Parts: sequence; C-alpha cells; structure tokens
Amino acid sequence: MMRAFFFAAGFAMLSLPALAATQAEAEAALAAAQTTEAQAVAAKAAWTSTEADLAAARKALAAENWDAAKAAADEARSQAQLSIDQANEQKTSWRTAIFH
Amino acid sequence: MVIEMPTQSDGENRMIKANKRTRFSVAVSVVCALMLLASVPVKAADATNPEADRKAFQAFFFAKFPKVAKDDFANGPYAVNEGMRKQWKEIMEFPPYDPALDEGHTEWDKPFANGKTYADCFDNKGEGIRQTYPRFIAATGQVETLEGAINRCRVENGEKPLNWMTGMMASLTAVMAESSRGKPFDITIPDDPRALAAYERGKEFFYARKGQLGMSCASCHVSPAGERMRGDILAPALGILAAMPIYRSDWGSMGTTIRRISSCSAQTRSLPLEDNGEDYRDLEYFLSYMSNGIAIAGPGTRP
Repeated sequence: MMRAFFFAAGFAMLSLPALAATQAEAEAALAAAQTTEAQAVAAKAAWTSTEADLAAARKALAAENWDAAKAAADEARSQAQLSIDQANEQKTSWRTAIFH
Repeated sequence: MVIEMPTQSDGENRMIKANKRTRFSVAVSVVCALMLLASVPVKAADATNPEADRKAFQAFFFAKFPKVAKDDFANGPYAVNEGMRKQWKEIMEFPPYDPALDEGHTEWDKPFANGKTYADCFDNKGEGIRQTYPRFIAATGQVETLEGAINRCRVENGEKPLNWMTGMMASLTAVMAESSRGKPFDITIPDDPRALAAYERGKEFFYARKGQLGMSCASCHVSPAGERMRGDILAPALGILAAMPIYRSDWGSMGTTIRRISSCSAQTRSLPLEDNGEDYRDLEYFLSYMSNGIAIAGPGTRP
C-alpha cells in the first residue's frame, strides 16, 4: 500500500514540470498563433474571437503568466485555423445557400 | 463426324474480336457519359444572371410577406412587425436624423477651398441621383459607392477624405438620399465582365458563412427575416439599403451603409474588412441591384 502511494506521489511530482509552460513555450505558441492569424487576415477570414484570444495571450505574457499565455495562444491558433478552414470550405459551398 | 478443332490462329482471332468489342463498349460508355453530362442543365445559381436573380429574390420576399407593399420593404423591421411600426411612427414625429440633415445641407452648400462645391462633382448637381449608387465605373473597373464618390470629390478638390462610417459622411449621404426619396433603386450592371464579376463577388459575400458564429448575411436577412433574434426583428434583405444612411438607436448616431455592413460583420464575430474596400462595395452592388424598383426612403431610422 505504502509502495503504491509513494509511486503515485513520485509520478505526480515528476509530471508537474511538464504541466507548467515556460516563457519560451508561451512565446513560441504566441508566435505560431500570430502567424496563423496573419494568414486568416490575408484570406479575409479572421474572427474577432481570435483577436480576443491573441490579446489575452499578449496580456498574460506581459504579466509573465506563461501558462495562461500559452493556453490563450493555443486557443487563438486553433480559432485562426478554423477560420481559414471555414473560408476554404465556403469558397464553393456558399452556392448551396442560394435560394433563388 | 469430324470435329474441327480450333487452331491457334482462330483463338487469336477470337481474342482480337473480344478486344475490339471491349474497346467499342468502352467508347460507347464514354460517349454516353459525355452526352449525359452535356444534357445536365446548368444550375441557375452557377450562372451569372443578375436580372433572373433579382426577379427570384424579390418574388421570394413578396411571397413571404404578401401584406407588405413593395416600397414598404425600405422600412426594414418596421414593415414586417406591427408593434415596431407603431413605435417607429411615434419616433418619426421628430425624426432623429433631422440634425444630420441640417448639418449635411450646410456642408453641401459650403464651397471647398478652391471655390467648387459637392454639386460640381455629380450629375444633376447631386439632386435625385442616390438611387443610381453604387455604380460600376468602367475607367477603374470597380464599383463606386455614394460615399466613395463623395470622398473622391473631396480629394479631387484638394480636401481630406471623410470618415466612411459616420459624422459628416452620413450627413452628406442623408442629404443626397432625401433628394431621391420616392425614386426607385436603379442600379445598372453594364455588359462588362468586370461588372459581372463584381456582382458575383457581392453575391458570394452575401451567401458565404463567416465569423465564429458561422453566419452569412442571408442567414439573418432571408428566411428568418421578420423573426426575432433576441430582442431584434430581423429586416428583410429586400430594400434593406433603401433607407440608408440611418440613425440607429443602438449607435445613438448616424451611420452609412459601410458602418452597417461592418457592424453586421462584427456581430457574427467576423473581423470587419477594409472600410469601403472591394468586398463591401461589391456586396452593396449586389444587394442594391436586388432592390431595383424599391423606392429610396433614406435617411431612415432603425432600432
């Protein structure tokens, strides 16, 4: 029983550093999100929600909250990619919405 | 009885005949497939036919709102909701756009530094021409909105361009709209592939889903027109630009067509595009053409 407890505790302690983002990871996530969002803007497909997530990531980065910065940046990148996918899909499917 | 055994050359002949039959079958199949493809009628939506589009577009709204008079579509939600119409009639006892009209008239008559005026830039001195905007300009190959024509007039006369969305721009377009009241929208699409392409881009913008909410202009202003979205009554797309510019209670100020389109974009969580950029100009071109025949009622008011 004690062995199992120590094993679990040790495993949990080992995994803690992996959960916390570093400054470098947060900055890399933000850079990636900004690149994807730039592609969305160029495609005239950007979403305001992405901009909000990017702003949140920059704010968290400035506050040295790396976890929050990385989480917001990852979300922004995901939103930006979805907006690009939407624009690509709508290039042809918009015609199905025509009622006349 | 002698049974003649097939020779090797007979076998080869049969194989050659079989190959020929197979090739013939394939050829017939391909020809049939091509004929079938050619006989499939081109979907109306795939071909650019603005006039057919307009007739079908208007027929949809006339059928959806059989009690609404044609020109009443210019009044948006007030045309399709009795309760809002009553409120609107009371609002119109003191139209909230009146101060903008006063400001616009003063500005319209004020000469530029070079002595010329806005009237010098327009056909018929700018009187009663709003219903012909937006226009396709052959020299540039682009659509020009009324706001675009006003700013071009200013720049050509050495003045700074105005803000596209509100303020003096809305006041000046209000003056021009007022002089066109009762005149039906008369948008022309010349026989120019660039004009048709602009129309087609505008049509695509109207129907393509955008923003995080995945909504198109049509998502609100076609089938659900007249219904509620939260506290708002959705205006029918037909005639939706005929009352521009508008005093919108939600804004507490006047706004141009560009402002309305831009704010619609933001409401779907789509990042608004360039003010008076090609996308919005082409959308306005398409939407105004769809309203050909609906009388101008601007300036107007909206909730």
